[in-house]
Amino acid sequence: MRITEHPVLGKLEKKPVTFSFNGKKYEAQAGESIAAALLANDIRILRYTEKHGTPRGIYCGIGHCYECRVMVNGERNFRACITPVKQDMQILSQHGEIL
Amino acid sequence: MTYDLVVIGAGPAGMSAAIKAAKAGAHVAIIDENPVSGGKLLGQLYHEPDSGWWVGRNIAREMIAKASSLGVAIFRKMEIWGIFPKWNIMLNNGERLTTEHVLIATGAAEKAIPVEGWTKPGVMAIGAAQTLTNFHRVKPGKKVVIIGVDPLSLSVAQELKMAGVEVAGIYPPPATEVSSDKSNPKQIIQGLSAMAHLAPNALLKAAGKAANHPTIKNIAAKCYPSFGVKVWGIPLHLRKTITAIEGEKQVEQVRITAIDGNGNQKNGRTKTMGVDCVCISGGLYPLSELAEAAGCDFVYIEELGGHVPLHSPELETTKDGIYVAGNITGIEGAKVAMAQGELAGTAISSRLGLLQKGSDAISEAQVKVQDARANAVITFQQHIESGREKLAQCWHTNVQTSSGKG
Ligand SMILES: Cc1cc2nc3c(=O)[nH]c(=O)nc-3n(C[C@H](O)[C@H](O)[C@H](O)COP(=O)(O)OP(=O)(O)OC[C@H]3O[C@@H](n4cnc5c(N)ncnc54)[C@H](O)[C@@H]3O)c2cc1C
Ligand code: FES
Repeated sequence: MRITEHPVLGKLEKKPVTFSFNGKKYEAQAGESIAAALLANDIRILRYTEKHGTPRGIYCGIGHCYECRVMVNGERNFRACITPVKQDMQILSQHGEIL
Repeated sequence: MTYDLVVIGAGPAGMSAAIKAAKAGAHVAIIDENPVSGGKLLGQLYHEPDSGWWVGRNIAREMIAKASSLGVAIFRKMEIWGIFPKWNIMLNNGERLTTEHVLIATGAAEKAIPVEGWTKPGVMAIGAAQTLTNFHRVKPGKKVVIIGVDPLSLSVAQELKMAGVEVAGIYPPPATEVSSDKSNPKQIIQGLSAMAHLAPNALLKAAGKAANHPTIKNIAAKCYPSFGVKVWGIPLHLRKTITAIEGEKQVEQVRITAIDGNGNQKNGRTKTMGVDCVCISGGLYPLSELAEAAGCDFVYIEELGGHVPLHSPELETTKDGIYVAGNITGIEGAKVAMAQGELAGTAISSRLGLLQKGSDAISEAQVKVQDARANAVITFQQHIESGREKLAQCWHTNVQTSSGKG
């Protein structure tokens, strides 16, 4: 899903970092958001709701809707759309609504 | 810490104001909840007839460098939980910034359109798709449909296509009580007149120009082809809508239903199309909670995009020392936001006694805002000029009544 070539923005300069999501290792671009890094790896489901366990992904992309909450290095409720991914970051999808 | 000016929101409006005031010699702080400064600029990418490609992230980068070199204190990833007289800005890390002048430049947010299945992963706001594509350089999907026909959705459709995403169609939302205008082909055709410049398509241009004529509008809506009209090779539909977004865990397909010239669904005629992403464009509204928290008076002006803080021609609100600039004053493009930021920065510098010919500088900055508006490539609100006039009248009335009281 990565846009490596772009007619106006040109070639993407690679700045790889690695992180894990639900225990599996993936590659990201340094500085991009967790949500972008996951989508680049074809992953859209970020969490499951408490009541029905239905999956959720990003919606607003700018930190407003809180749909994209994930666990980062053991702490809950990081907004994946505005939290930059970092080398060796451990990300888990969240279950439940507790804020 | 005490500053001459505290700017809330590091979008084009806030940044321009901070730069302007810092250049005049003011001690300025700028705060944003995002880790990256630039606001909605970051995702912007479009072609300007005179000056070529507008690459928002590059413009943001230049502004950040400029602000830093002028000594502006940049606070990132900071949320503001309160503004108290006169004026204390409370940050979520426990810090308090004290100032006489505050500029609220918090921009705009998107309205949602609830469509059956819209909470599934793969459905996102059109702005999220824009940022993913142009800023993060990740495709929001391999095959995408867009719900909502407006200047922003048309613009992002083109941006997606340029990045190699297959855009399978742009559709009006299904009619509900809240989305009736947005779902009505006649109203959309009328709106196309504001978008005609965006569409290098003879039929759309003609439809847009003719749309102010009621009979033509009706005929155009009735005769609009059921297979859509192609804009940059993307089918723009007015006689079909998306009634449901389906998929077991995430988006797998959309259900498409034919509608008549008034937006009503025709019985039974539905089909499905496989997609992995649906972008929803429900329109923009000014983000103004902080101005409300500070006690500013508001007015509702449809043409500006909703509730906006009442403000003077120099962009000061009804609260002494609190200014507004950018999309919080009405939905417009980035260049207008920048010109408004410069105006606010100039007005505040003048009040701080930092300018020799303050009132001349203010008048010049006001003319620049008007020029930017007149030359805008994208117009988000069809009747923005009349919205601005209405607001000026409200301000005038407000000044008269309050001076009458005093
Ligand atoms: C999704 C979307 C797409 C757009 N696309 C285009 C386009 O393609 N072309 C165009 O010309 N215009 C576009 N616009 C219009 C756009 O709003 C203007 O171009 C311009 O960015 C407005 O500038 P601004 O400075 O007023 O606000 P913004 O650019 O929105 O910046 C506001 C800043 O304030 C911050 N902020 C908000 N609330 C708080 C708070 N409580 N605490 C701290 N920080 C806060 C935000 O994080 C943001 O960085 C778009 C708008 C939206 C919403
Ligand atoms: S997607 Fe809305 S907060 Fe992250």
